[in-house]
Amino acid sequence: MEKITLNIDGKEITGEDGMTILEVARGAGIDIPTLCYHEKLEPYGVCRLCLVEIGTPPRTRLVTSCVYPAADGLVVKTRSERVIQTRKMLLELLLARAPGAKIIKDLAEEYGVTKARLRKTATFCILCGLCVRYCAEIKKADAIGFIGRGIEREVMFIPEIATESCPPCRECFPLCPTGVLESNFRLVQSLLFKK
Amino acid sequence: MVTDNSEADVKKINHILAGYKGESNLLIQVLLEIQKELRWLPKEGLIRISQELNVPLRQVYHAVTFYKAFSLVPKGKYTVTVCVGTACHVRGSPRILDRVEQTLGINSGDTTPDFKFSLETVNCLGCCAMGPVMVVGDVYHGKLSLDQVRRILDSYD
Ligand code: SF4
Ligand code: FES
Ligand code: FES
Repeated sequence: MEKITLNIDGKEITGEDGMTILEVARGAGIDIPTLCYHEKLEPYGVCRLCLVEIGTPPRTRLVTSCVYPAADGLVVKTRSERVIQTRKMLLELLLARAPGAKIIKDLAEEYGVTKARLRKTATFCILCGLCVRYCAEIKKADAIGFIGRGIEREVMFIPEIATESCPPCRECFPLCPTGVLESNFRLVQSLLFKK
Repeated sequence: MVTDNSEADVKKINHILAGYKGESNLLIQVLLEIQKELRWLPKEGLIRISQELNVPLRQVYHAVTFYKAFSLVPKGKYTVTVCVGTACHVRGSPRILDRVEQTLGINSGDTTPDFKFSLETVNCLGCCAMGPVMVVGDVYHGKLSLDQVRRILDSYD
């Protein structure tokens, strides 16, 4: 593997060709918040929380570090004003969707997002896809999937498969950043009067 | 009735699927073919598609719920589509839609009990100059007036 050197937050950081910005940064102990990223899964790039600013002024832009390939000489800012502002907005949006989720509440506090400007439209699921991808990529069970599109998009257990596969597995529950997955599962189970 | 056809439906589905074994990248095409033939996608059909094409059921559901062309409930023989796009709106499409709903006795998104008509709305058909526009099956009825609605719908059987 070829070595590459990036400038992250003013420090020279080395990584390997083929890594993403997130991987290089984390390897050097630089903290970038993520919600939809999981080491064992293909990066997905949907929560946008991991965004960083790349390039040198005045030509900079925001990219999602979990899917953006690191390249030799790349200049990265993980905590620039623009990054912080955008991340704050994202956290506000996420909070409106999942007001009770601990990870999101903690991040919101860290970033000083306190006032709730947005009306809460809680769906509890933030569509990070961790459950769907874990089930498909790691367990190869495909017991859970997305249905619908746009604002109607949601996660659904596939009944034909989930009734068999899910009760003994449940490995995706702890991955869910909001906990809604397990709640829904329990709800369905209790409606079916099953233990 | 629809449920009485289920055996015949399964036959038709199997017939269509015969040419596509393992062709996972042709999912949408297969779904379209079955939708066209049966006017809906019954659950047994989705499971068969998943098995034959070797596509996880979750992906089949995802595709089916993503595109408006697919339906998980039986559709009527004719789809009536009323355009509620901007140009048609200013030319009175809300009242056209009301009239169609009254005439058919169903709301947009529903199907008449005799499975003759399904009613849908669309946000522009690309022929604004003809507005207000209503499509029945594949026939475009443009420059519609309220009292034409019943006559047009009655002419289909
Ligand atoms: S249920 Fe949880 S893990 Fe699954 S997509 Fe929603 S938030 Fe993510
Ligand atoms: S962690 Fe990168 S977009 Fe979610
Ligand atoms: S708005 Fe109706 S056809 Fe364009």
